[in-house]
Amino acid sequence: MRFAVIVFPGSNCDIDCCKAVEETIGQPVDYVWHTATDLSAYDAIIVPGGFSYGDYLRCGAIARFAPVMNEVRKAAEEGKYVLGICNGFQILTEAGLLPGVLLRNRDLKFRCHPALLEVVNNETPFTRDYAKGEIVNIPIAHGEGNYYCDEETLAKLEANGQVVFRYKAGENPNGSVSDIAGICNEGRNVVGMMPHPERAVSELLGSSDGKRMFTSVLSAWRERHGATVNG
Amino acid sequence: MAQQLTAKEPTAEQIAEYKIYREFGVSDYEYDLICKFLGRKPNYTEIGVFSVMWSEHCAYKNSKPVLKKFPVSGPRVLMGPGEGAGIVDIGDNQAVVFKIESHNHPSAVEPYQGAATGVGGIIRDIFSMGARPVALLNSLRFGKLDNPRVKYLFENVVAGIAGYGNCIGIPTVAGEVMFDESYEGNPLVNAMCVGLIDHDQIQRGVAKGVGNPVFYVGPATGRDGIHGATFASVELTEESEEKRTAVQVGDPFMEKLVMEACLELIQSGIVLGIQDMGAAGLTCSSAEMAAKAGNGLELYLDEVPQREEGMTPYEMMLSESQERMLFVIEPQHEAKAREIFERWGVICAKVGKVTDDGRLRLFHKGEVVADMPVKALVDDCPVYHQRSEEPEYYRAFANVDTTAFEEIADLTGALKKVLASPSVASKEWVYNQYDYMVRTSTVVRPGSDAAVVQVPGTRKALAMTTDGNGRYVYLDPEVGGKIAVAEAARNVVCSGAEPLAITDNLNFGSPEKPDVFWQIEKATDGMAEACRVLGTPVIGGNVSLYNENEKGAIYPTPVVGMVGLVHDLDHITTQEFKAEGDVIVLVGETRAELGGSELQYAVLGKTEGRPPQIDLEVEARVQGAVLEAIRQGLVASAHDLSEGGLAVALAESCFGRGLGAVVNVETSLRADVALFSESQSRILLSAKPEKADALVALLAEKGVAHAVLGKVEGSDLVVRVNGRDGIAAPVAELQKVWKEAIPCLLKN
Amino acid sequence: MKATVYVTIKENVLDPQGAAVQGALHSLGFKEVGKVRIGKYMELTLDTNDRSEAEARVKAMCEKLLANTVVEDYRFELEG
Repeated sequence: MRFAVIVFPGSNCDIDCCKAVEETIGQPVDYVWHTATDLSAYDAIIVPGGFSYGDYLRCGAIARFAPVMNEVRKAAEEGKYVLGICNGFQILTEAGLLPGVLLRNRDLKFRCHPALLEVVNNETPFTRDYAKGEIVNIPIAHGEGNYYCDEETLAKLEANGQVVFRYKAGENPNGSVSDIAGICNEGRNVVGMMPHPERAVSELLGSSDGKRMFTSVLSAWRERHGATVNG
Repeated sequence: MAQQLTAKEPTAEQIAEYKIYREFGVSDYEYDLICKFLGRKPNYTEIGVFSVMWSEHCAYKNSKPVLKKFPVSGPRVLMGPGEGAGIVDIGDNQAVVFKIESHNHPSAVEPYQGAATGVGGIIRDIFSMGARPVALLNSLRFGKLDNPRVKYLFENVVAGIAGYGNCIGIPTVAGEVMFDESYEGNPLVNAMCVGLIDHDQIQRGVAKGVGNPVFYVGPATGRDGIHGATFASVELTEESEEKRTAVQVGDPFMEKLVMEACLELIQSGIVLGIQDMGAAGLTCSSAEMAAKAGNGLELYLDEVPQREEGMTPYEMMLSESQERMLFVIEPQHEAKAREIFERWGVICAKVGKVTDDGRLRLFHKGEVVADMPVKALVDDCPVYHQRSEEPEYYRAFANVDTTAFEEIADLTGALKKVLASPSVASKEWVYNQYDYMVRTSTVVRPGSDAAVVQVPGTRKALAMTTDGNGRYVYLDPEVGGKIAVAEAARNVVCSGAEPLAITDNLNFGSPEKPDVFWQIEKATDGMAEACRVLGTPVIGGNVSLYNENEKGAIYPTPVVGMVGLVHDLDHITTQEFKAEGDVIVLVGETRAELGGSELQYAVLGKTEGRPPQIDLEVEARVQGAVLEAIRQGLVASAHDLSEGGLAVALAESCFGRGLGAVVNVETSLRADVALFSESQSRILLSAKPEKADALVALLAEKGVAHAVLGKVEGSDLVVRVNGRDGIAAPVAELQKVWKEAIPCLLKN
Repeated sequence: MKATVYVTIKENVLDPQGAAVQGALHSLGFKEVGKVRIGKYMELTLDTNDRSEAEARVKAMCEKLLANTVVEDYRFELEG
């Protein structure tokens, strides 16, 4: 199974995402520069965290126009797996691949610390190895993680089961509506989340709860392509 | 030689006649020397260049005599002071690169940008050596937090450090913040960066190879920070509010691009010399690169990318626009270099040439606008041996008995007061604004004695910390200097690492005042001695003088940045008690030493007497014993004792996991003194019950004083003294006081 | 009375956001764009009818809080 980690000028977590894929599931992973115009060789695309274009104007506002984003859109439409983490989530919302917007944290400060999330939807390709309602420890590090969408959109997301992660009750670090920490599209193949699963793949570093996001998508891909295909 | 005849710029004659050079911080004596070196009077551009090259910040003219005392070499030292940063071997063809630098004066005026650009500057120093930066640390000092201006400085300095470090993607993993009135008008912002490099990638800032082209990379040059280097060498007064326009603005996104492009360029193997443009921008970098190679340099200023219209040579040479680098390659590699920078979207301009005549010659609009001997600029700044005089306060303090106060009956109350003191209180409010996890290598996060960052692909790790207690240094500079180094080493040892080397940031008042110079002299004596005994040479550092205003100078505050090597991940140790039943052992001896202590400050409201003494041989033995115990797997937690003494160390060890402790301290001292004394060379350990005997036996064998105090137990901290009640409180209650102190103060 | 306040970065001071936005506009085909500078726009409703008092007060607000006069300039308009 082939992974692409998109690198924009200013992306920071690209290395960590690559490391996570290699260390958790040992699948081939490439760094793909923002000017690339062909992602057809890849089965899964990770849009990593960081400060693409310095977060200038609005987070992700400039990155969404990078040539590679056309390819990401195509891949999403083809049902390939797309995971947007932190700045990646912001880029996907600016690009319209996910609804809503990420605003500044309610307390106006950058926040970096472990976070407890509830797995709300364990039926996406990225969360099938979790139990529904399971509480997992996946850290956050963001200044603009306050997810917002209007009431109509929120109602749709909830009704459609598009809320994937919520911050544990009472522990919402940024004021996001309905404690949302991550969502998916209607097709469920595009997931965006503010916490960093690639930072939670090692007990030595504090938590390995993020591992199963990678094992999940690998098993989803294998199932889709028949168990005999070895990635 | 063209004369600058713009309305703004005076002629060489006018500069001489009206002594305009004085406004640049050049003395009459220095001006005459400059005329001698040039063989004529300098023009405006030339006096500007000399003034920054001969400022304290660039030339160390007041501090060179004391810096010479530092031990700078050792078996692991690959690069000592003199380059962008020092380099220490860590085995397997790898090395650690690190340095600390200050940005005190700019932060006092524009705290966000002052701190941000301080971080940016130190990062460039690291990657200019060819190293990938892997961690950031900072050491901050502010006045008392009940002052609105201080709150403003504190909040914005932290925001600036966070804004820059987070954006560029380097984790800020450790640091310290202390608050004291003495820093009110002069905050200290010291930023440290640590990087990793393979031996064969090490670069130097040399302009090698006569005829080779010199390239400028980074954003266009503007009028930022002109005379920033001089600004840093001058006391802050009402007038300096006008000099505000000297503050530079940082662009961390741009630096990320420049960093990645430069590292790629370096890895391609074509770089002959590379240096960052920091203080005094184009001037300092070009002059130093030429000097180190024994060459000269020509700069074609029309080629310098400019952000503003009509910039003069003076402005271009002195601008401190950020995120710019200078490098030298052979001409046949130009296309390759340009390709790399174009891909990263960074300007790359050919701006000069290496020559063999030892001159720095500047061309603008077809004419030579400045022509100066490189050696005079870089090496021939006069060195001043300032007068040193032991101050009256020091003599008076010798007779102060720091225990001469009524015995504190409410020891729990005293502990709460000390825990709530901002210097001791939890800094979570600060470090939660820093991304300390990016690069997924941070094994020990902010909040423990030292941060620990894994060396990727190995079982090794780096432990790192910044330490420096200005109060101790004020009370006795030589002892305080020793303690600064010793404490840093102790913190690193508590994390399971072997101390390797230090970088130092000397923050003092005006060296032209004899009592301040005495502080500088004595403190560096102490530091040098400690470095020798503990085997941690000084591989580079920074000097920040003139940290004073009308009210007086800051406490002399040398800050030590220490890096240690953890030989195996299994050795990594943190300060919190791990499990119920673990045995608690105090290593070291406690004496009646409250001078400069947090108890004296927070509870008694004073700072007086002599600071705790330190015996470096004992310190070395204690550190050696604890490190050995850790390596043998006998230690569950280790925490060094510093501000707040044993009481605070016990409390902090309880906080990590919310575990309580029941201990009894046997002592001949008064209870309050025993619990809050800040005697040096002490470490609080805990061990699994089945390892406790072996631990105690090892400590005995190594000849270090030790005492079994009690056990990790329950959820209260209970500290008895000679069997009698002393401290008793639920850990949760103590932790609340400790955690909420700073957020509370900021809310008011 | 309503005050609209414009806070802009001082002329000589670097505006990293402006530079990044200019680059982005160029890459989207809007090559005619020269310098871009990004500032803040604020609307304040004031409970007063005294114009000269409002002017003095809004000026004080700008100096003290709304603009960081070290790196920013401000101007404002009053209406109503």
